[in-house]
Amino acid sequence: MSVVTVQLGQCGNQVGQQLLHSLLCDAQDGQRKELCTASRERFFHQDTHGELVARAVLIDMEPKVINQSISRAARSGMWRYGETSHFSQKQGSGNNWANGFCVHGPAHREVVEDLVRREVERCDRLSGLLAMMSVAGGTGSGVGTYVTQCLRDVYPKSFILNHLTWPYGTGEVIVQNYNSVLTLAHLYQLSDAILVHENDTVHQICSQLLNIKHISFADVNSVIAHQLGSVLQPALTADSQGAYSRNPLGELVSALCCHPEFKLLSVSSIPQVPLASMAYSSFSWPSLLKHLRQMLISNTKMEEGIDWQVRPPAAAERSRSLTSFNTSLANVLILRGKDVYSAETAGFEDPALYSSWLSPQEAFSVWKSPVPFNKYEKSATLVSNSQALLRPLDSMVGGAWNMFASRAYIHQYTKFGISEEDFLDSFSSLEQVISSYKELR
Amino acid sequence: MTQSVVVQVGQCGNQVGCRFWDLALREHAHVNKKGLYDEALGSFFRNVDSSKCDGEAHSVGGRIQHLKARAVLVDMEEGVVNEILQGPLREMFDSTQLLTDVSGSGNNWAVGHMTYGSAYREQIVDTLRKAAEHCDCLQCFFLIHSMGGGTGSGLGTKVLSLLEEEFPEVCRIVTSIYPSAEDDVVTSPYNSILAMRELTEHADCVLPVENQSLVDIVKKIKHMSHGGKPGTVIRGESAIISGQGGLIGAEKPFDAMNNIVANLLLNITSSAPSPPLYTLADVSVPSRRLDQMFSDAFSKEHQLIRADPKHSLYLACALMVRGNVQVSDLRRNIERLKPSLPFVSWNQEGWKTGLCAVPPVGHSHSLLALANNTCVKSTFMELRERFTKLYRKKAHLHHYLHVEGMERGHFSEALSSLSCLIEEYQQLDATKGRLVPDAPRLRIAR
Repeated sequence: MSVVTVQLGQCGNQVGQQLLHSLLCDAQDGQRKELCTASRERFFHQDTHGELVARAVLIDMEPKVINQSISRAARSGMWRYGETSHFSQKQGSGNNWANGFCVHGPAHREVVEDLVRREVERCDRLSGLLAMMSVAGGTGSGVGTYVTQCLRDVYPKSFILNHLTWPYGTGEVIVQNYNSVLTLAHLYQLSDAILVHENDTVHQICSQLLNIKHISFADVNSVIAHQLGSVLQPALTADSQGAYSRNPLGELVSALCCHPEFKLLSVSSIPQVPLASMAYSSFSWPSLLKHLRQMLISNTKMEEGIDWQVRPPAAAERSRSLTSFNTSLANVLILRGKDVYSAETAGFEDPALYSSWLSPQEAFSVWKSPVPFNKYEKSATLVSNSQALLRPLDSMVGGAWNMFASRAYIHQYTKFGISEEDFLDSFSSLEQVISSYKELR
Repeated sequence: MTQSVVVQVGQCGNQVGCRFWDLALREHAHVNKKGLYDEALGSFFRNVDSSKCDGEAHSVGGRIQHLKARAVLVDMEEGVVNEILQGPLREMFDSTQLLTDVSGSGNNWAVGHMTYGSAYREQIVDTLRKAAEHCDCLQCFFLIHSMGGGTGSGLGTKVLSLLEEEFPEVCRIVTSIYPSAEDDVVTSPYNSILAMRELTEHADCVLPVENQSLVDIVKKIKHMSHGGKPGTVIRGESAIISGQGGLIGAEKPFDAMNNIVANLLLNITSSAPSPPLYTLADVSVPSRRLDQMFSDAFSKEHQLIRADPKHSLYLACALMVRGNVQVSDLRRNIERLKPSLPFVSWNQEGWKTGLCAVPPVGHSHSLLALANNTCVKSTFMELRERFTKLYRKKAHLHHYLHVEGMERGHFSEALSSLSCLIEEYQQLDATKGRLVPDAPRLRIAR
């Protein structure tokens, strides 16, 4: 079953292109026919000349990045985007959510729906839609939210997963907090699951784990593509009965998002080492899993500086909220590589890790694939619905609220049709989400 | 890509504008080796086939035939515009882009704004409209003028209000050259303050530049070029003074300074306008050491008005980096400088960043910092003082009141508008350093 990727805005188009590229490279590399076929079928279709064409739609209000992504794909010689699968305008959205959501979105609704429809109709069976965007700017955030709304209307029964890139905490765009708040509040009503990558975290991975001195956005995007790819590449799940799962988005959503108040998913992946060191590194499942588990409970986003002091609370202490311990609602662990069937994952089934609503068996799922991913002999990725994103979310909402209290920059939004009431609604929804995650135990 | 139209008004405006077009051509020539008319060129130039009689413009992608600047040149004296038309840039402007008269405005804002403003209203609108029609997707008007004289100040602000009337959706960014205290035009405070009122009403964003700062920067460079080793230092100046590598002999007095402003304009690409108006601009001397460049950008020696931003309050700051600079360099420097820069409480992370891989001609990298900072108020307060000195004695007032349409009311209104603006900055300043508690968040009932 196929996934149609909708790439929105500058970030969405850059990350999307890298994601598709790394998925395909990995599939061809591994030389396992079944995986290769499943992966290709999921993300690409073949044209009349046998060339692989991505099941993707590229949307932006400026042409520059779309053109770059299209030519990068073509240069690879392995795949390309459909010739007519893109839509762009000239002016951009001026980093303004309201401009994207109220003006550009509606203006181009038909064209965009048409492009997506064509891709969907090409699929034998649609597994779901993956919308990729950032939250800080104007197009990815504003147009992206509007497009998600349209997709929800047109495909009410399909799974929609939004992949969001959150900006650096120290500011890339002055009104990034406003744009983020408006996006998240709206997406919460529309999306089935929201998968988040934070620029700050990925940047640290690049500098501390991958030892990159001068980090460019290409480096950042390549880490995001790797992590996301390790989630989306086909795997064997409990439901898939010995074959590669045909319903990746559905299984992810049903495993992780059991409650509409809890849709924020974070991703951690280990190991992350520079390519040059790969030959000298050896990995064992017990070690990888032990580190990943501790990363989860101490809320460390990468395999460095893990706080080993953090322990799950004893049953008696459950009612007290411990700030350093990260409570999970649900987790999906994805293991790829050698000896994957011998990996012991019982550590993740500890009831102490989870809230009391679900039994550990319901809260925890494992997907496996014997094929190594992206040159890592063994790799483990954890997709987690937990309190991991609580702090960045809280600081985003807090920053936006402070600015809103002074009504700074609000005129830029009201002139396009977003009122102060709309802002207040978005703030309330997100405070609700924050409160729910805080109370999770 | 979108297009911008440059409107240059008055003697100063046209001189600076001229340097701008020169620099722009140089930059594009440096990068565009194949002679193709690309998107980047298209944002400031039209590509015209001069063999066709109606000079129809070519679209992006073909070879460069004949470049015409997307510009409108206005002056009530012919001297400067004529010079431009006889100089090396003459081919870039055709007669439909010019608006001139002979007698000048006599350094009188009222003559520029009221007399010429009404006399030439239709022609101005016509010329602007023509320039706009040549654009596929017009994003922004750049107005260049001085505040101290008569045409740039008076007619320039009239043009600004016409731009708002006729093209309300198009962003208006104004580069205003403010007179120094030793300005030889006695009435420059009157002209400046009358013009400021118009800017406050009609501009989206203003980049104030003080002549005195430009003089200081040029002096510093002269000093560097004579004191330091010729090889390394001359590269430093050439970014500020258009690529000629040093000050050569008989140069016109304002040339070097005009280049600085032209360079500033070149580095402003499209970006969303900041809400309050007055933005502090800074030109950084591109130095070999990247981090040094970032530090310099915030030091008071590199500002284009005489003010120290570090001791005042930042409302927002935009950093535009050109050249071989990566996002990690940018983040590192922001983290490093943040602790010493006071930001307003509701915008602690108020940074906008932009990266452009193409460096300016002759350098590996450069940085432009635009800041919305309360230190601009000191410039305004000084100006207000100079104004009041004259106004109290009613000096030269009759020259203005003689002009039809001009009243005492205009003066008092302009003064109070400026005082309001200063007051707003004072209020913001008062919050500096005070620990403003976070606004209480919404509580969820459980």
